Amino acid sequence: MKKLIIIVLLTLSFGAIANEEIELQSAKINNSDKDSIQRGAKHFVTYCLGCHSAKHIRYLRIAIDVNADPQKVLSDIAPEGASIYDQLHSAMNKHDAEKWFGTQPPDLSLVARSRGADWLYSYLKSYYVDTTKPLGVNNLVFKDTAMPNPLWQLQGEQHAEQRKTIYGEYTKLVINKPGTLTENEFDLFVNDLVNFLVYVGEPVQLERQRLGKYVIFFLLVFLVIAYLLKKEYWQDIH
Amino acid sequence: MKPSRLSNCGNWVLDRFPVTKFWNEHMAHYYAPKNFNFWYFFGSLALLVLVNQIITGILLTMNYKPDAKLAFDSIEYIMRDVPWGWLVRYMHSTGASAFFIVIYLHMFRGIMYGSFKHPRELIWIFGMLLFVALMAEAFMGYLLPWGQMSYWGAQVIISLFSAIPIIGDDLSLWIRGDYVIADATLNRFFAFHVIAVPLVLVMLVFMHIVALHEVGSNNPDGIEIKESKDPWGHPVDGIPFHPYYTVKDIVGVAVFLLFFATVIFYMPEMGGYFLEHANFIPADPMKTPEHIAPVWYFTPFYSVLRAIPDKFAGVIAMGGSIVVLFLLPWLDRCPVKSIRYRGGIFKKALFLFVVSFLALGYLGTQPVTPIATILARLFTTIYFGFFLLMPIYTRWEKTKPVPKNLTRAHSLEEQLHAIEEQLPALIKEITELKPVTTEIGHPAFKSSFFNRRPNPDGIRNVATRLAKKLKESLD
Repeated sequence: MKKLIIIVLLTLSFGAIANEEIELQSAKINNSDKDSIQRGAKHFVTYCLGCHSAKHIRYLRIAIDVNADPQKVLSDIAPEGASIYDQLHSAMNKHDAEKWFGTQPPDLSLVARSRGADWLYSYLKSYYVDTTKPLGVNNLVFKDTAMPNPLWQLQGEQHAEQRKTIYGEYTKLVINKPGTLTENEFDLFVNDLVNFLVYVGEPVQLERQRLGKYVIFFLLVFLVIAYLLKKEYWQDIH
Repeated sequence: MKPSRLSNCGNWVLDRFPVTKFWNEHMAHYYAPKNFNFWYFFGSLALLVLVNQIITGILLTMNYKPDAKLAFDSIEYIMRDVPWGWLVRYMHSTGASAFFIVIYLHMFRGIMYGSFKHPRELIWIFGMLLFVALMAEAFMGYLLPWGQMSYWGAQVIISLFSAIPIIGDDLSLWIRGDYVIADATLNRFFAFHVIAVPLVLVMLVFMHIVALHEVGSNNPDGIEIKESKDPWGHPVDGIPFHPYYTVKDIVGVAVFLLFFATVIFYMPEMGGYFLEHANFIPADPMKTPEHIAPVWYFTPFYSVLRAIPDKFAGVIAMGGSIVVLFLLPWLDRCPVKSIRYRGGIFKKALFLFVVSFLALGYLGTQPVTPIATILARLFTTIYFGFFLLMPIYTRWEKTKPVPKNLTRAHSLEEQLHAIEEQLPALIKEITELKPVTTEIGHPAFKSSFFNRRPNPDGIRNVATRLAKKLKESLD
């Protein structure tokens, strides 16, 4: 039986090695950083909302959750003509989207929950020039993506270079033509955007974490009382 | 005057409705063995989770829309705009997984202590029917959020019916109400999930408990406590369920709720196991996800299905893996109930069964690879071997003598106390004192500093002793 267990463990560990994927970069997600979420919201409206909606969130909810004046959110973040009660709807309609991109860009309300923050962060940073593609760009994380790179002016032009090491080949992205932001500034930009998307995925996240402490504290007290009660009742049972 | 008038009112009801009789029969005068241990919490916890699911479920239906166009958005509406909707929804989604955890442990307890054996076969049958109803309930409930995994999971499972020869295609069409999973399917699943199956569940729970209280509870020693009674006709080893086990179960409830609340408030997705990542994408009949996996509690059976090369044979095997559980009371030929007095072969078989069940569960969440398929076949064989070979290996089991009366259960304090006593010796054994070599060569500093370092020899000794003890306990 010992042998059997060893065989099983070995084969399971091989299974883990066999599945090879591109290593994702990790985003620094902090939903209590209200400034970051506010900046992310502005970035989202400027660079994403043209094509993608986030129909499960309203401007008012953002204002409340980041402790900002609704009027200020309306003037600074929301596009012109939007009402504070509006959801983040895109102006592009389905018909045009299908004509231009072949598919309707998905709603991004829950993208952070389906893809994960690290994936989004890496994806937005992994565009490179690929002249064989109709849009002129490709993505290392999501191959042959139908989405053009909306942030290319900020990041600059990236090229893919094949590098060889003793461990094998890998692809490295190098910025050839610098953009309007430095590399660190761009990282922060994408991080804010992803932070906002994580917030939009579950606006109640901070609230539930705050409440959880009280619930668990109550349950601990309840457990002590319940245990003492049990002990009292059971003292005669042997 | 007032209180007596109030009690008159109470008596008026009691004279006409047997509340007192019911209470006494099932709580105050129901005698349960006094040595229930940790494993006996899960029955009452299952009841608690059922109540949680019903209450949160009713609240969810108030805002959910069973319509293919609206379902996904209505869930997000509940999560964001309905006051406390997120809490209710997380309680329901976490409750579904908690239900299966609790039920699997409850069933394991039954197998371990022989609770399915004579005279409790019917309790086991009702319990198994409950398990099947619960699986149906969970499967249909999982379609309702109308996410990608809801949709394609249901598509895969319902298409299994089409593997049945001759009637298969018509049958799956009849179940779906359409050629693919569609609005019609969502509506009927909603009806089943919200009213039909819950009614069956509640009725079966009632029958499960009535059958249990007729023959009495089993216990970790597997002895019938009714066989030795005191002059008043009460079992010597029994204590009234109320208040003793009600107060004890409340402690279990508190511990369970601590885990439950931790998941709800801090990890409601449970790393993609309780709420799958792909289910945050609305259902799209045109886009098949790369990797379709059922929720974790179905994966052992899903693994069995995938392990068989032929689709129809796979369906039969998956069905068989559940049917075979029903037959357990008649497959086990050993007269001794509890694992405490059973032979080593049963202990080893049960150990292998648990390992293969967990391994099948893990494999079911992973994509198919050649190695995974071979492993799944191996564990499927062990799974069925545990049941189908049972009539043979339990017949020649070398059992230990069963005591006449219950052995004493060690209380938590005694166990803690024992650990506390052994701990210093254990620490001494696995660590060693080493004098710290200081850079100062002065004799005053020498050997006055000691440092505790892990001792590899000591750790090896303790580990081998533990392994030996474990091996002995399996014999």
